[in-house]
Amino acid sequence: MHFDMAITGFVAIYIFMLAAFGGWVIIGNVPAILHTPLMSGSNFVHGIVVIGGIMALLNASTPTQQVIGFFAVLLGAGNAAGGYAVTDRMLAMFKASGHKPVHVIHAKRPAKKS
Amino acid sequence: MESTIAHLVTGTADLIAAFLFMYGLKRMSSPVSAPSGIRVAGYGMLLAVAASFLNVFTVDAAARPHLWVNLGLALVALLIGASAAWGKGRSVAMTEMPQMVAIYNGLGGGAAGAIAAVELFGNKTHGVGQLVVTLLGGLIGAISMSGSVIAWAKLDEVLKKPMRFPGQRLVNAVVFLVSLVLGGYIVFLARTGATPLLPMASVLWIFFGTTLLFGILMTLPIGGADMPVVISIYNAATGLAVGFDGYVIQEPALMIAGMVVGAAGTLLTLLMAKAMNRSVSNVLFSNFGDVSKKKQGKMKGEEKPVEASDAGIAMRYAKSVIIIPGYGLAVAQAQEKLYEFVKLLQSAGVSVKFAIHPVAGRMPGQMDVLLAEAGVPYDLIHQLDEINDDFATTDVALVIGANDVVNPAARTDKSSPIYGMPILNADKAKKCYCVKRGQGKGYSGIENELFYEDNTFMVYGDAQAVLVKMIEAVRGLGAAAA
Repeated sequence: MHFDMAITGFVAIYIFMLAAFGGWVIIGNVPAILHTPLMSGSNFVHGIVVIGGIMALLNASTPTQQVIGFFAVLLGAGNAAGGYAVTDRMLAMFKASGHKPVHVIHAKRPAKKS
Repeated sequence: MESTIAHLVTGTADLIAAFLFMYGLKRMSSPVSAPSGIRVAGYGMLLAVAASFLNVFTVDAAARPHLWVNLGLALVALLIGASAAWGKGRSVAMTEMPQMVAIYNGLGGGAAGAIAAVELFGNKTHGVGQLVVTLLGGLIGAISMSGSVIAWAKLDEVLKKPMRFPGQRLVNAVVFLVSLVLGGYIVFLARTGATPLLPMASVLWIFFGTTLLFGILMTLPIGGADMPVVISIYNAATGLAVGFDGYVIQEPALMIAGMVVGAAGTLLTLLMAKAMNRSVSNVLFSNFGDVSKKKQGKMKGEEKPVEASDAGIAMRYAKSVIIIPGYGLAVAQAQEKLYEFVKLLQSAGVSVKFAIHPVAGRMPGQMDVLLAEAGVPYDLIHQLDEINDDFATTDVALVIGANDVVNPAARTDKSSPIYGMPILNADKAKKCYCVKRGQGKGYSGIENELFYEDNTFMVYGDAQAVLVKMIEAVRGLGAAAA
């Protein structure tokens, strides 16, 4: 059995088209009150680039590739972890009336996400 | 055998991750479900990152001798990058959020550019189509990285003024053209197998160098007020670059996540530009800020100052109050005091609502976040379209630290730079109090007709100090009555 994928030509364009359409529709419904968290949330989602960095680095065979690959993982990990941290913090602040306002100090929480 | 299993597991993990990203973003469309939305997306990320290490079983033959070194490097990079960004993200002040989004976005763009670079330096692409996509991923990623860094520097006020020089657009165009020509040259070399004039590695370095330079040059002349739109554009650009990289390394999770963000970022950019009444190309190429220096006509009437305590007491005896906060409130760090005052009014039976202009704050939606941080429930917060008709039936509009977004000139004065921008109808309320540091103009340098209206009264002073006085005055009333 083969589980590796070959995405070529039109298949790639179909994936891009459907994903773009999905993104457009999903975001179209977001109220203005959430625009800042949303921007940072979508910023977090493209942090998935870190796994591309990991794959590139694992396949690196020269020092140049290793150095650039190292930076790819470093930057990608920063994108993912930072994007998550700020988005989660912002969204935790939105409370409805009747909720007692709790000030969660997330800074004290141990970092467990990578 | 191992490689088949590895493909099966990583394929499944990526599929789940791609689903969780879209489901998470979907959940972010309401404040009720949004916190769980980001968590769902977070699980997707953890899963995909963990599974990506199974690629140790599928590496190319050329990389096999370096596998342990590469694995160690990957773990170290992951740990350093994630923990540094996590720590900063957890401790940064909410007012600095736009800068943080800019810098995280720059990191993502850099990663996308670097992945393209590894593929190019290793000459790993197959066929011209893949090479072109790789070059595009590298180009967009690199522009997004250097541009985001400049955007961060501007928002963080490391760079204070827009940098403009004569012939700037021409220089930018030439630099961009050089990048494109080099990219075309690389494709030409790959197609014909001709010997390059310089070693291939040098050509690639110059390609990335000029591209990074273009990102810097393109962002330098844009004013600080427009940075949110610029960040949003770069956010979409990074998404696009990630999507292209996903195609190059045959990783559908990257393709989907990248393209979803590309589309979402584009939509968000258009929404923001619309709220500012500007087109995206106007933001990028118009050098906004220069136009506002022209002379203003003399204002009719005069500004009428009142004491903070009097204004506070007037609101205590009003039936309804709408508060219009602007970035000045956040600068004075007065959000919590404001909410304390609101609670006092509410307990006296006054109906209080917040009206948020789409561009209040440094970034669309930032004022909502700042109010939420101070504990204001989101059902008190209303957006422009929902609330603008209510002003006519409201006793008091309280403007704190906002200026241009309540300037009626946007409706009437065709010569005004903000003409046509949707504004909050504070002037339609029966009475309007404006809290302001002193007499002066707003961010765009325009006189505000609202301040000269008959039913407008000015409360001069620092927002925090003014609110303290208002709170004391209203509390004093309660004590006197008891």
